[in-house]
Amino acid sequence: MANRQSGGSNTAGGGAQRPNGAPQNKICQFKLVLLGESAVGKSSLVLRFVKGQFHEYQESTIGAAFLTQTVMLDDTTVKFEIWDTAGQERYHSLAPMYYRGAQAAIVVYDITNQETFARAKTWVKELQRQASPNIVIALAGNKSDLSAKRMVDHDEAYAYADENGLLFMETSAKTAMNVTDIFLAIGMFL
Amino acid sequence: MDKSTSSAVSGTLGEGEEQSVLEIPLESEALAHRKQSDLQNESGFITDDNLGIIESGDGGKRESIPGGNDDADGNTFSSCVGSFGTKEEEEQQASSSDPEALTVELTKALDDLSVTTSGSESEQIQSNGVEAIRDDNDSDMSPLWRSHKHHVFILSEAGKPIYSRHGNEEKMVTFFGLLQALVSFVQSDGDTIRGVKVGETSIVFLVKSPLILVCVSQMSESISQIESHLTYFHNQILSILTAKQLQTIFEKRKNYDLRRLLSGSERLLNNLAGLIEVDPSFVLGAVRCLPLANTVRDSISQTITTVLNKHKPSVSVVFALLVTNCQLVSIVRMKKVFMHPMDLHIILNLIDSSESFKTVDSWVPICLPRFDSSGFMYAHVSYLAEDCQACLVLLTTDRNSFFPLSEAKQKIVDRLRKQNSLDAINASMNNKWPTMSYVNVPEVRHFLYKAKCRAQFVSPVLDVPYLDHNTEDEESPPEELSRDCPRAAKKISPELERLYSTYYRMHSRLHAQARPVKIIYWVDDKENWLGWNTSNFELYVALEPLIKKSAAISAVNKLINWVQKEERRIFIVHAPTF
Ligand SMILES: Nc1nc2c(ncn2[C@@H]2O[C@H](COP(=O)(O)OP(=O)(O)OP(=O)(O)O)[C@@H](O)[C@H]2O)c(=O)[nH]1
Ligand SMILES: [Mg+2]
Repeated sequence: MANRQSGGSNTAGGGAQRPNGAPQNKICQFKLVLLGESAVGKSSLVLRFVKGQFHEYQESTIGAAFLTQTVMLDDTTVKFEIWDTAGQERYHSLAPMYYRGAQAAIVVYDITNQETFARAKTWVKELQRQASPNIVIALAGNKSDLSAKRMVDHDEAYAYADENGLLFMETSAKTAMNVTDIFLAIGMFL
Repeated sequence: MDKSTSSAVSGTLGEGEEQSVLEIPLESEALAHRKQSDLQNESGFITDDNLGIIESGDGGKRESIPGGNDDADGNTFSSCVGSFGTKEEEEQQASSSDPEALTVELTKALDDLSVTTSGSESEQIQSNGVEAIRDDNDSDMSPLWRSHKHHVFILSEAGKPIYSRHGNEEKMVTFFGLLQALVSFVQSDGDTIRGVKVGETSIVFLVKSPLILVCVSQMSESISQIESHLTYFHNQILSILTAKQLQTIFEKRKNYDLRRLLSGSERLLNNLAGLIEVDPSFVLGAVRCLPLANTVRDSISQTITTVLNKHKPSVSVVFALLVTNCQLVSIVRMKKVFMHPMDLHIILNLIDSSESFKTVDSWVPICLPRFDSSGFMYAHVSYLAEDCQACLVLLTTDRNSFFPLSEAKQKIVDRLRKQNSLDAINASMNNKWPTMSYVNVPEVRHFLYKAKCRAQFVSPVLDVPYLDHNTEDEESPPEELSRDCPRAAKKISPELERLYSTYYRMHSRLHAQARPVKIIYWVDDKENWLGWNTSNFELYVALEPLIKKSAAISAVNKLINWVQKEERRIFIVHAPTF
């Protein structure tokens, strides 16, 4: 069931945009869910991807938020239907509702906080056990702009992702680094 | 103050001799009516217990409180510790066996509390037979912390900190422990501590097992009003966790640190605290409505009803609400269910505290404690459109119906746009109405009118002297912005604070347990005041000073006439059902 979301109708910035050209006939649509500990920057990543914005005082999500974004990938129109879930512990039991039908998941941690990386690993495990078997999982080490306070080693996370067959990128919702890229990488993969 | 009484009151104000205070006892007939209005009302969309916010839950027990402690004029020294012996035996805390140790603890707790009472010398506080001398000595709390006039603390019965309105509760562990000791000490006598009034400061306790809520306030609310504020806080927590979950958690582990489960909701509690300070709707137990022509409102409600009916049975919406700026535009409900004003305030607070709802469609589990405190409902929350900032809330019990509701929402928006309702909503939001000059009763400066059976109220757009245009741009002390408090707190001018606190004093007088009155007429050096409680409405009016009482009476009658004439535009008089 498609949702016409007023905010997310325009195409994403970056190199994926294509003004006109040959008529595009392929349209792809897929469901994506963001998971991870509270305050790692899930909502910030989505907000950056969908609206190109960043808020220093981004509110903690209550329940879950649904957004859409359409981008051009080569000659295919890709529509992302995104569930941005709340990372607070009390919402954990609701998560299956959102990842059940998802084709892709971005599991987010905060590179300045080791615990959020551990939490990301348990999310990956849960997805591998409970979500659809061919779900594409990406691991995002967010807040890469705060590398001075880094607590999670890049190579360690990369090795973990590699072992588990996850896409991996370090991102920054604040500087926009790798944000569109991680979504597009998932799009390419599907 | 003169408390002379008279019994001649009917539909309009009777002429009385000039006197500074006129108070007329509440007749038993009106009391009976109050009970009736608790149940339902003619327009039938909100169950209203009007005054009942205060009496909620254990209203009956209140009768046994020793009289007089609702007296709002009681600026007197140390007025009471009300207690009533109804609480079941609670598990006692460790130290309660040693009365001497507790007395010391209690003394210290009161010392700590005293940091919020301004500039008073040593005073004695009577607390259930224990006398404690306190004086203004040092404490860990910073001057900034002390400067706040309104503190709210929430803790578990085991004394674990859960929430503090100001300051970091983590750093106040000892303080919370002492609050807990105070409560459990009184409980050990089979009593429940209710409140202490010291000088200008009220310290009020609300024990709602497994939680203890405490408010320390220097505003002029009465103890009952503060209790009702604490009840809102309690409801707010229930709405996040449900009463059932809360109970289960603490049955398993008395020492549970509830902040783990509440983290991320601080902004709801902070926002609620902010609203309570600036918005009379909490004391009144009523909501404001967006003024709209009756026909426009009806067609909005009708559109919502029609679209949602078409989507049956795949969606089954229990309540649909349309809200702008804490004002209700429309409410539609399932047959035989009612929205309690306290539940409505939870929804209004949720919307008011969440900037992020403006840009996304949200799916929010929420418990409405008055509707069903044991389970969650799911709210589809979204703003109508970028060009119409009204928030539509569709509440259902089916957690899987987000997408059908999204579809329904889009249809509702399309239809509302076609019938120009979006424009009408925008126009009303931009058009500050009603102004006092529109109401056109020159003797009246400001008023609150609550239609009791509807649990709705109206007040005019603020103007001088209550809206101080100069202070608006003045730099106010920067409120710590944070993720939990993303917006600067709303501020009200000192004049408006004075206006509201006088209204609250009148409200308290009209609803006092002991010797409630029907009409109050007060004169002070800035305004004349009238408070009037009838079976249909509650009215609070600030009148020009130096006005003769006869002129005041005719002004108030004109005001009431105006409200009745505009009723269908001011209030929601008709709430359709699915
Ligand atoms: N420096 C920096 N801060 C970030 C970044 N991404 C998010 N933040 C900040 O981190 C905080 C939390 O961000 P959110 O996007 O609300 O986190 P969340 O994962 O959605 O949290 P929940 O909704 O509670 O699950 C906010 O104050 C953001 O401004 C980033 O890339 N760099
Ligand atoms: Mg979030």
